[in-house]
Amino acid sequence: MNSFPILSLMLAVPLIGATACLFANAPRARQIALAATLVDFVLGLVLWSHYEVGGPQWQFMERASIFAGFQWALGIDGIALVLIMLSVFLMPICIGASWRAIETRVPEYMAAFLLMETLMIGVFTAQDLFLFYIFFEAGLIPMYLIIGIWGGKDRIYASYKFFLYTLLGSLLMLIAMLWMANAARSTDIPTLMAYNFPVQAQTWLWLAFFASFAVKMPMWPVHTWLPDAHVQAPTAGSVILAGVLLKMGGYGFIRFSLPMFPEGSAQFAPLIMALSMVAVVYTSLVALVQHDMKKLIAYSSVAHMAIVTIGLFAFNRQGLEGSVIVMLSHGLVSGALFLCVGVIYDRLHTREIDRYGGLSINMPHYALLFMLFTMASVGLPGTSGFVGEFLSLIGIYQMSSWVTLICTTGIILGAAYMLYLYARVAFGVQKNADAAAMPDLSARELALLVPIALAVLWMGVYPESFIAPIRADIAHLEARLAQAKPAGDARLTAPRPAPEATIGGPR
Amino acid sequence: MSWMASLRLTVAEDVLSVAGFLLLLWAGWAGDRAAKAIGWAAMLALVGAAVVTLPALMNGAMGPGASAFYGQYADDAFAAFAKLLIYASAIGCLLIAPAFFAKLGQHRAEYPVLLLLAVLGMGLMVSATNLITLYIGLELNSLAAYVMAAMLRGNERSAEAGLKYFVLGALASGILLFGMSLTYGFAGTTSFAGIHAAFHGPMQLGATFGMVFVLVGLGFKMSAVPMHMWTPDVYEGAPTPVTTFFSTAPKVAAMALTMRVLLGPFGAQVHSWQPIIITAALASIVVGALGAIGQRNIKRLLAYSSINNVGFILIGLAAATPAGAAAMLVYLAIYVAMSLGAFVAVLMLKDVDGNQLEDIGDLAGLSGQRKVLSACLAMLMFSLAGIPPLFGFWGKFVVFQAAVAAGLVPLAAIGIAASVIGAFYYLKIVKLMYFDEPAGRALGKSGWEHQAVLAICAAFVSPIGYLLTKWLGGLAAVAASALFHT
Repeated sequence: MNSFPILSLMLAVPLIGATACLFANAPRARQIALAATLVDFVLGLVLWSHYEVGGPQWQFMERASIFAGFQWALGIDGIALVLIMLSVFLMPICIGASWRAIETRVPEYMAAFLLMETLMIGVFTAQDLFLFYIFFEAGLIPMYLIIGIWGGKDRIYASYKFFLYTLLGSLLMLIAMLWMANAARSTDIPTLMAYNFPVQAQTWLWLAFFASFAVKMPMWPVHTWLPDAHVQAPTAGSVILAGVLLKMGGYGFIRFSLPMFPEGSAQFAPLIMALSMVAVVYTSLVALVQHDMKKLIAYSSVAHMAIVTIGLFAFNRQGLEGSVIVMLSHGLVSGALFLCVGVIYDRLHTREIDRYGGLSINMPHYALLFMLFTMASVGLPGTSGFVGEFLSLIGIYQMSSWVTLICTTGIILGAAYMLYLYARVAFGVQKNADAAAMPDLSARELALLVPIALAVLWMGVYPESFIAPIRADIAHLEARLAQAKPAGDARLTAPRPAPEATIGGPR
Repeated sequence: MSWMASLRLTVAEDVLSVAGFLLLLWAGWAGDRAAKAIGWAAMLALVGAAVVTLPALMNGAMGPGASAFYGQYADDAFAAFAKLLIYASAIGCLLIAPAFFAKLGQHRAEYPVLLLLAVLGMGLMVSATNLITLYIGLELNSLAAYVMAAMLRGNERSAEAGLKYFVLGALASGILLFGMSLTYGFAGTTSFAGIHAAFHGPMQLGATFGMVFVLVGLGFKMSAVPMHMWTPDVYEGAPTPVTTFFSTAPKVAAMALTMRVLLGPFGAQVHSWQPIIITAALASIVVGALGAIGQRNIKRLLAYSSINNVGFILIGLAAATPAGAAAMLVYLAIYVAMSLGAFVAVLMLKDVDGNQLEDIGDLAGLSGQRKVLSACLAMLMFSLAGIPPLFGFWGKFVVFQAAVAAGLVPLAAIGIAASVIGAFYYLKIVKLMYFDEPAGRALGKSGWEHQAVLAICAAFVSPIGYLLTKWLGGLAAVAASALFHT
């Protein structure tokens, strides 16, 4: 199986689909897109089943030097595997969500989404610095078009903001990459992950990468593009933005910042902690007062991503594993929440929370699923949200109890804004007749939401399926970080046992 | 070296001069009726010149063996690379011109002939290894270009562009000549090798002045900031096919000439010209980006875009390494394709009666009616903005890579950060075409020549272009090594 270029195939399928969509009419384009994403999902399952847990660190390697200056180098480890699975899982759902909601320029829309899928998978599989950069940056183009063409009222402002913000961040990273390739004489990511850059240079390199990943993540205070982009993007655009694109920031930290610049990371860990603490509290409070559902979920994403960053910069296994699980869980849950918003938006064409109320009466199935995702977002045990957040917070507790204390308030605040949202939408009196007359979920909508619900429960009840592939890679990373690990404030050593009483002295 | 051997080395120029004079006779004899046929003949001559230039690049010609006419002229791999680019863009410009001029009833037989002579001048420029050859080539190119700018003599804007170009160009030539005379005075020779030998140690003040004046004259031809003022006016006023020509071939020639002058005769004085180039590069990037934002006319906008691109190319020159020179050549090749494509797309913007549209408002909602055209133009815009996976990114990539390798990290960081400003107006074009309500004006159809040139350029800047990186990079490296061969 290792000789078969399955990763290239997974990149090629959506690309071919995208090209085919451009030459098709609307109904045919929808079918092509669905078929292509489903094929990729199946390929993803094949990939997962052939991934050898506990095997070599890098699997499914492909190398072809067809370019000057960089290589066509693909390969995955467990972390990339689970993120690829998330992408290929969400893509058919996105296409399904756009089935009726998108009426104009359907072929172009589907082509943009398929192109997006190729680029996302490319980001997670690239094993060459510049190949990664190309995939990472190229994602701007389809997303810019998706927001700008099919978005809401202020779509143009949002699309510009999204594009220019992320572009500025990644360009600084490019300069850092050029410097690294020049210093290490290699563009191979596994090689660079083991390369020890001079400690002084690490400061600058880390900052340059941080500029890119912090925007992508997004971290406070460079998160402001996210609410705009989310609110204006079409439903499926929001799903893919929250579900996968935000994960590129976290993936970047795991793949580049931490292993390549351990000292730099340690040096800036307090910065990350500070920004994350602000993000958790501040954006949670902001979410509490939103009137627009999508905006609320967008702000909650920023808070969740802050949990990811503190977990990553805890420098220990629990924190790192937790971060990956939070990323997966957030990908599923926030994606599902955006779909839930999309469901009622399609019926009433407003995202104003006040326009709804008492939906559990006329839409019981919807209310049930919405509740499940609300609980998962809050982090209720038994759902995916709990596992990740718990691990992350345990990780950071070994580092700093104060950070943990403040970040844990995020869970309380999260419960506050999510439950408040749910109560206003699903419970209470049915204020508006049009909202009260909305039909329950159609079969298509059920087919979109139920798989995510199952995945959320699976991850909540038996997270081992998802932790097993990443365990070895997290161990590698932890070992790599050990040299730079800052001292935590936790004193894990048990008190020295009292000396044995020596009454009477030796006999 | 015998005359015959020299003529053999200059065979591309021989072909072009003979063809130019024959076609001039033909044009004089047959008049404007033969314009189309003369255009095709000129293209044939250019193809011929390209074919005879090719071996120099393939064999990596350099050093004394490639020098003709007693060190006046070099037929080395570097000149060959630049010439092939010049010929290719000239062929493109000849191909797209007839439809434009014919619509206005102004299809003159002089156009192909003048273009051929301009190309001949450019060939001399990039091959010059002596200040005199340099000047002859530059003037031959410029004089032909002045006339071409005023090609539509009945049109006030075209005449104004020609006059403006001429007055400012003459001033720049004067400055250049003054710099050359100072250089000659201090070096005692006009040959590049001699100047290099003379200027080995610290330069005297007068010699530095000479170098700066030469640089100003060349900067005018490249339209690098602060010698860029003429560019938007001339680009807007000149007939669009001529603007297309101005933004491609002469840019390559001026850039290649500047490389040869700075890395050759002044090659030992890097520290004295490097700050000038760095300043000009950053100023061009910023001015080009900021200037474009408020423009309503597409040609003016593209003029600023070309100023912006010149800034990026100059970053490679600031590195002053073989890698930097190779990067510039790669960038130039990509730039030519992007610029040619963008202007052809502008030429294809016509209303139903076939009149040219130049206001960017006419682009609004274009994607609804002209799907392929808008897709190509959007691709070119993203490519000009340097967004991967389009090929324009690769140009910026190699240039910045060379700058970083040469230790110019701050320059690279500032330059690349400033490119975000540029991205804004490229995005504006995409936004107009894709996000806005249709203006419904640009509905006219265009001929196959335009479609073919646009298709080739779009294919080149598409991700497919990356498959060429090895080949292009290899050729550019050979060409650049010829420049550093002493």
